Amino acid sequence: MGKVAFVVGDDVSTDVIYPGRYMATVLPTETPQYAFANDPALNTKLNAKLVPPGSVLVGGKNFGCGSSREQAVSCLKGWELTIVASDISRIFLQNAINLGLNIITAPGVEASEGDEVVVEGSKVVNKSTGKSWDVVPLPPARQAIIDAGGLIAFTRKRMLEAQAKG
Amino acid sequence: MGKTVVEKILARAAGLPAVSAGDVVEPRVDVAMSHENAALVINQFLEIYEGTGVTAHPWDVSKIAIIFDHRVPAESPKTASNQKKIREFVDKHRIARFHDIRGDVGGICHQILPEYGYVRPGQVVVGTDSHTTSHGALGAFSFGIGATEMASVWTLGVALNIEVPTTIKIEVNGEFGPHVGPKDLILHVVGKLTAQGANFRVLEFHGETMRKMSTSGRLAVCNMSVEAGATSGIVPADEETIRYLREEAGVTDPIEPVVPDADAVYERVVTIDVSTLEPQIACPHTVDNVKPISEVAGVKVHQIVIGSCTNGRIDDLEAAADIIRGKKVAQGTRMLVFPASGRVFQEALDRGYVSDFMRAGAVVMNAGCGPCLGVHEGALGDNEVAVSTTNRNFKGRMGNPKSEVYLCSPAVAAASAVAGVLADPRKGN
Repeated sequence: MGKVAFVVGDDVSTDVIYPGRYMATVLPTETPQYAFANDPALNTKLNAKLVPPGSVLVGGKNFGCGSSREQAVSCLKGWELTIVASDISRIFLQNAINLGLNIITAPGVEASEGDEVVVEGSKVVNKSTGKSWDVVPLPPARQAIIDAGGLIAFTRKRMLEAQAKG
Repeated sequence: MGKTVVEKILARAAGLPAVSAGDVVEPRVDVAMSHENAALVINQFLEIYEGTGVTAHPWDVSKIAIIFDHRVPAESPKTASNQKKIREFVDKHRIARFHDIRGDVGGICHQILPEYGYVRPGQVVVGTDSHTTSHGALGAFSFGIGATEMASVWTLGVALNIEVPTTIKIEVNGEFGPHVGPKDLILHVVGKLTAQGANFRVLEFHGETMRKMSTSGRLAVCNMSVEAGATSGIVPADEETIRYLREEAGVTDPIEPVVPDADAVYERVVTIDVSTLEPQIACPHTVDNVKPISEVAGVKVHQIVIGSCTNGRIDDLEAAADIIRGKKVAQGTRMLVFPASGRVFQEALDRGYVSDFMRAGAVVMNAGCGPCLGVHEGALGDNEVAVSTTNRNFKGRMGNPKSEVYLCSPAVAAASAVAGVLADPRKGN
């Protein structure tokens, strides 16, 4: 993890992260250009490549609420952002796990743009302010998908095991 | 210890004697629904098989449903090409439950699934759409998933690593006042629970009000349960469910309702009396920013939208037609009506509602999602206000981040069309 590139508020929906009009674009190589497309400040910064990989987006409550559109995850993963938020909407969290977007739930997390945020043990630490927050661990069943390298790899393994059994 | 409906459904689907909230299970899937985002599901599905030497074929094509609704007819060459690619996949794998862009069997996925009897009580239903929560109205455990998760379901026939959710019981009693109904109830519930109040949880609806409610109303209630963050909303199946499936969906095979135990364990119980409920409005820009009409009436409205997977059914169109019949849409306000399916459209024609709308000055569009998600049709100008029977009012939802969307019932939408401002349908015009 690294520097906080963006701080967004509560209830940031997938309509804000990846507006509906770009949903016909599905390839993960093409979705990143439309991340936060309705927010010129965020979108321009990303497309101008001013946000280095590993940068952090800090969200509030209910991050990723709304639609199940997976593009809202693939567009952020394309920029190699890490998401840290107070809580994360169920479908967005599951999509993030499935696609391998770095995502951390830390209730109450606070940061400003430019702060250095890291994970130390079971805590998210804002090195710039010295404050820290507990990380909510993923249930083991979800961690298994991450450990397998995402849901495609996890499913492929299960499919091949079933094939071997006949 | 007693079980909730979802615990019972998941135990059966996972082949286990019993499961409890928090257990991790792999339920078999009965219905796997996608819309235009099947284009992405197909990509992910093929990637699972890539390089394995195994031929990609879905586990059971009779359980897959694909319905075009989000962008119908296609608004761009890109969408048209996605739809073409999906049709080729449907043909290749002989997917029978495919609803193309048609005036007879087309429509919104969350209307088509119930209308054609694809969903039954006790089933596990997944859909690549967050409003898949709708089908809890038929007593199924029904939830939204992403495209990659759907590709996994197409491959294995099970939903992997599902944590059995805890359940909040919503007990609804009392009789709705005039021009107040299921949409007002669910907006009130979302406002009360907040937008993340039911995240990772199920809302199980009970009480005399729910028992008396039509399946159409239950679909609206379960549809918007996701706006409180819920994994699913569910109304345990009863006589009305069976009536709907037999009489309206034409189901002839056995139906097995699954109901919760009397001593089921709920995270909490929320009690609501609807007899004093006013028409409810979700104000910009979050669905839980809910206020009674008396606090927001008078806001100038530029566009009225009636339709969507929430409120595009025949009784929704009836409620709106009854108000607008013989009147005119106000100057400076435009009104768009989107029936939820070809069948609903046909019935609205037969009953004269389409004439009622058109004579009033409304534009009646083809069945589909319409402007709800800001893709095509009915875009808003800068600083314009929409009053809509759809389900989301997030910033930019209808395509323009400089516009505002108020969510309401069909009755409020129709009354507001006549008044040109957000209006209380109980006050007449």
